[in-house]
Amino acid sequence: MANHRFAPPKAKEPGTGLRAPVGRRKFLGYLVAAPTLVVAAEFTRQTVFDGPSASAAPIPSVPQTPEAYDLLDLLRDASRPTANLIRIEVNKDGTVSFALPRSDNGQGIVTSTQMIIAEEMGLEVDQVHVTLADARPELLFNQITGGSSTTFTTYTPIRVAAALAQMRLLDAAAQVLQQDVRTLTARSGLITGAAGRVLSYGDLTEAAASPVNEQVEVVLKPREDFRIIGKPHNKTDARDIVTGKKCFATDLQIPDALPTVICRAPDLNGTPDDVENIDEVRNMPGVTDVEVVSTGVAVRAKTFGQAIDGVRALRVQWNDGTVHGESDETILAKLKAAELPLAVPAGVGETVEHSFTFYFKSNSSLETNSAIADVRSDSAEIWGAMKNPVTAQAAIAKKLGLPQSAVTVHVTQGGGSFGRKLFWDAALEAAEVSQTMGKPVKLMWTRADDSRQGRVHPMATSRIRASVTKDSVLSYEQRHTSVSTDFTHGLGDAITATGARAPLGNLTFAESIFELTQVTPYDYGVSTRLLNEVEMGFNTSSMRNVYSPDVATARELVTDQLAAKVGQDPYEFRRQFLRNDRMRAVLDAVAKEGRWGRSMKDGTAQGIGFHTEYKGVSAALVEIDTRPDTVNRKIREGVTGPRVTRVTFAVEIGLVINPRGLEAQIMGGINDAIALILSSSLHLTDGHFVEASWDNYFYTRQWNTPPEMNIIILDSPGDEPGGAGEFGLAATCGAIACAYARATGKVPEYFPINHKDPFPFEPKPLVPPIPESPTDGLRYTY
Amino acid sequence: MPTHTFTLNGEKVTVDVEDDVRLLWVIRDMLGVTGPKYGCGINVCKACTCHINGKAFNPCSVPVGAIDEKDEITTIEGLAKGDELHPMQQAWIDRDVPQCGYCQPGQIMAAVAKVRQCQREGRDVDDEAIEEIRNICRCGTYNRIREAIKAGADNM
Repeated sequence: MANHRFAPPKAKEPGTGLRAPVGRRKFLGYLVAAPTLVVAAEFTRQTVFDGPSASAAPIPSVPQTPEAYDLLDLLRDASRPTANLIRIEVNKDGTVSFALPRSDNGQGIVTSTQMIIAEEMGLEVDQVHVTLADARPELLFNQITGGSSTTFTTYTPIRVAAALAQMRLLDAAAQVLQQDVRTLTARSGLITGAAGRVLSYGDLTEAAASPVNEQVEVVLKPREDFRIIGKPHNKTDARDIVTGKKCFATDLQIPDALPTVICRAPDLNGTPDDVENIDEVRNMPGVTDVEVVSTGVAVRAKTFGQAIDGVRALRVQWNDGTVHGESDETILAKLKAAELPLAVPAGVGETVEHSFTFYFKSNSSLETNSAIADVRSDSAEIWGAMKNPVTAQAAIAKKLGLPQSAVTVHVTQGGGSFGRKLFWDAALEAAEVSQTMGKPVKLMWTRADDSRQGRVHPMATSRIRASVTKDSVLSYEQRHTSVSTDFTHGLGDAITATGARAPLGNLTFAESIFELTQVTPYDYGVSTRLLNEVEMGFNTSSMRNVYSPDVATARELVTDQLAAKVGQDPYEFRRQFLRNDRMRAVLDAVAKEGRWGRSMKDGTAQGIGFHTEYKGVSAALVEIDTRPDTVNRKIREGVTGPRVTRVTFAVEIGLVINPRGLEAQIMGGINDAIALILSSSLHLTDGHFVEASWDNYFYTRQWNTPPEMNIIILDSPGDEPGGAGEFGLAATCGAIACAYARATGKVPEYFPINHKDPFPFEPKPLVPPIPESPTDGLRYTY
Repeated sequence: MPTHTFTLNGEKVTVDVEDDVRLLWVIRDMLGVTGPKYGCGINVCKACTCHINGKAFNPCSVPVGAIDEKDEITTIEGLAKGDELHPMQQAWIDRDVPQCGYCQPGQIMAAVAKVRQCQREGRDVDDEAIEEIRNICRCGTYNRIREAIKAGADNM
């Protein structure tokens, strides 16, 4: 039933008459002049969540920024002025089309967007077509996919447009049927009149169309009437995926866009100086073009295999890279030197002080950086998975010497991102190569490129000093010091991206992101968190969050130490010091479901962690097994180590659109957390990263994943969605680190804990930069 | 240039290409069958897992010259019987396994082969058997993969 928002006759003021939506907030939508029904929407500020409740804990800390206004608010407010350009079209076949100005890399936002529109319009989910919009510079701030912000920022404007569309269709049906609009019902895209006559949205889209642009007030469906939102829904592209039909950038068949691979320097960001045998390589089988470009030497061939062979055959003289001669140790020394001082002197109460190091981590997704470019003399067309296509478009235009309007950027479905695709490295390179060769190219980074030269999560230290008396924490200071995180992607537009590139602009931006995202959720008296970042020439970006997993790991480990200091159980201590009941609810949920405190064998232990972000609260309880038989179990070319055997995770994050999708995101975050704490990092040696593939870089595998995982989604009174994509990590990282410390009796000082172990692999050569594909694959059939 | 003939998803195909080009690129770049994905090119990530004569293998590490005319190669595109999905594909949908989907064609082909192997050897499709599967899922949907393999196995 959709009659909650039946429109009054057009001449009347909305909200008058019998159908006045008592006490319901109204939003402004737009009818767009078109032959069929097209609607658009703009934002109206909504209440988000109640502020933090008063805390009963001993020494309340002053409110911290993210509790009142966080990164999600920033991303939404940045998108506010132009969000009215989001449009929904009603097609003649009764389906609805919407081009989502976001990038889906597996997080399920296409599915959740279909659900939102279907809910508001009285359609089935499969009647809504959602595609990813091309770069639309007129959207200014509103085309970035980051900070787990998509659903939070788009939920209301999409609903407004959808509600308006349905209102118009009902009005049109009332006119056609000559019946009072209040007697009509809408379901599955069909409007049924009093006498049982049925009209489809497709029948009505022309009649409902507006000849002029017009502003209209609309009310939204109340939550109690929801029949789709909040119910588990499978991903709508699942059938395409399991049959191999889902198309990623390198799967696209663009005429003459032949496979292209770049020969890269041994140093990170090294550049080509001279090529000794370019003509020889040009004559290799399948090779069509070899050209020097700014980042290396590009080889275009009939197949990727032949392009890789060409790269392997090149003999290139290289210029030094941006971190020539540097190593983990030299970078760590620079970070230590940049650590901001702790302000509270040691000696006030008892002091607990710890310093932790978090090594470089690769945010490589399974789909490597790749893009297709067809650059002509006066225009360019680009295809790639880009979370930030408007800024990419501007950068590409600048590189090519073309006006931005001459560059078309198509956003393709991405094979994972985790932050990597906030940047457009492959697209920019593909554009340059296509221009240099004068031909279309399908450019793909090899795995070795992606691992060694791709963006990384920066190395960081987190230093904490807390002072504690018998039963309270007087002060808590956390100083996070990081190799600078590249935020030059801005907020998805040229203006903030330019600002971030200005001198000190990136640090200001980084400090803002830190301030807008980091909360110490415990009442630890005088509590401060400060960030300093040092630019050192690395290619960085976020990786399923920027700071939180590291900041939380450090904070939760110290929290366990504080609990020990006052002789309290880690769960009871957290419970007492958490700032409000909403936080305590998720902590209690994992303690109960995960059976906190149950008897554990020697060498195994439980650990508990908490984190708040993205308008939500989360807690994790993990069990870890560090016994020698487990740690030393053998897997060919795999890292085993301690095994997380059980994870219980509770999350409360406002209105949940698709619980099944949220659970998937949390599950991925948990598996990421296992890798970050236990097994996966990059090692910087002599100006390059050692790791060149998945047999060097130990992301979680089946043999590392917990046999038992229980994800609990708590009901929320909130009527707006929070952010899900990155939320599974921080609490889990903290819990795993605490469990490991409790199982072994040693608080780790660096992460991942295996970072300083001898390499369980032979490093791959730097020259040639791509390892040869084996030829013995048929020996491993099963 | 050498000519290579084999059966791909039930159809005879012939390509003209050097012997040493790895089969993955022949399938993807020359024959336009893009279900098998590149993820490493060195037989580690397993994103390109296909079947050769019913067994799992990784075409990134097999030169096309090593393929015989009698060999039957099956990619994810050839797993279903027309519109009727293989039980493992159906289990993947039922359990809402995929996230980005990039690794999933390889995961499904590996799962089918692992179940067949267990059946041949009279083993249970349990956690231990599943942990022999090396395919990487960078989205981390491993736990749903486990559930789906067990469910799919029940219908195979």
